[in-house]
Amino acid sequence: MKLLYFAWLRQRIGKGEEDIAPAPPAQNVAELIDWLKARGPGYAAAFADPKLVRAAVNQVHVKFDAPIAAGDEVAFFPPVTGG
Amino acid sequence: MAVRVQREDFDPGHEIARMGAADRGIGAVVSFTGLVRDLAGEAAIGAMTLEHYPGMTEKELARVEAEARARWRLADCLIVHRHGRLEPGERIVLVVTASAHRDDAFEACRFLIDWLKTRAPFWKQEETGQGERWVAARESDDRAAERWLKPG
Repeated sequence: MKLLYFAWLRQRIGKGEEDIAPAPPAQNVAELIDWLKARGPGYAAAFADPKLVRAAVNQVHVKFDAPIAAGDEVAFFPPVTGG
Repeated sequence: MAVRVQREDFDPGHEIARMGAADRGIGAVVSFTGLVRDLAGEAAIGAMTLEHYPGMTEKELARVEAEARARWRLADCLIVHRHGRLEPGERIVLVVTASAHRDDAFEACRFLIDWLKTRAPFWKQEETGQGERWVAARESDDRAAERWLKPG
């Protein structure tokens, strides 16, 4: 599973992307966040308040109950501020 | 119909003129240009850097554009969005819509900028006298986008 982090999530975690194999034991985005939070203090800080975090699976915005699978690209980022 | 994500500046006049010349059935061309301001609340901004999600950005802008084309009768449509470091006064984003009559072009242009502000994966980081800070999403932008959730 390919994971991407943007903006302050990237800074807190200390990297912009990583490949995790075998894929994390998570059925959906919320479970993946719980799994990531246990990986270290940077992850815990990035996901401390999930209300400030948005997710995309395979480059489409999703809610945290969206299912995920091994080959997916999952991205985490704050609410967008373009335009 | 086009979406461009680029570091370089763009020329609104050129893009507007090109769109109107493409099709003699076009009677209205509407554009929105977004600029970097030098103030955010009380803090003076030296510059800002726009980070984005290459790949998803282009897809999301294309989805936003497709939604506009489904809702209004557009002869043509263009979204250009810059990324990278930008200084106050520089252009960030351009939306141009063209239609036979003005209502479609006006409404679609407003929809496109409102919708892309809450969907396209860009993040602004401002440089202030107190250091760098990530811009927080604005509730007023959410409200502006939400009004388009209602039909019509």
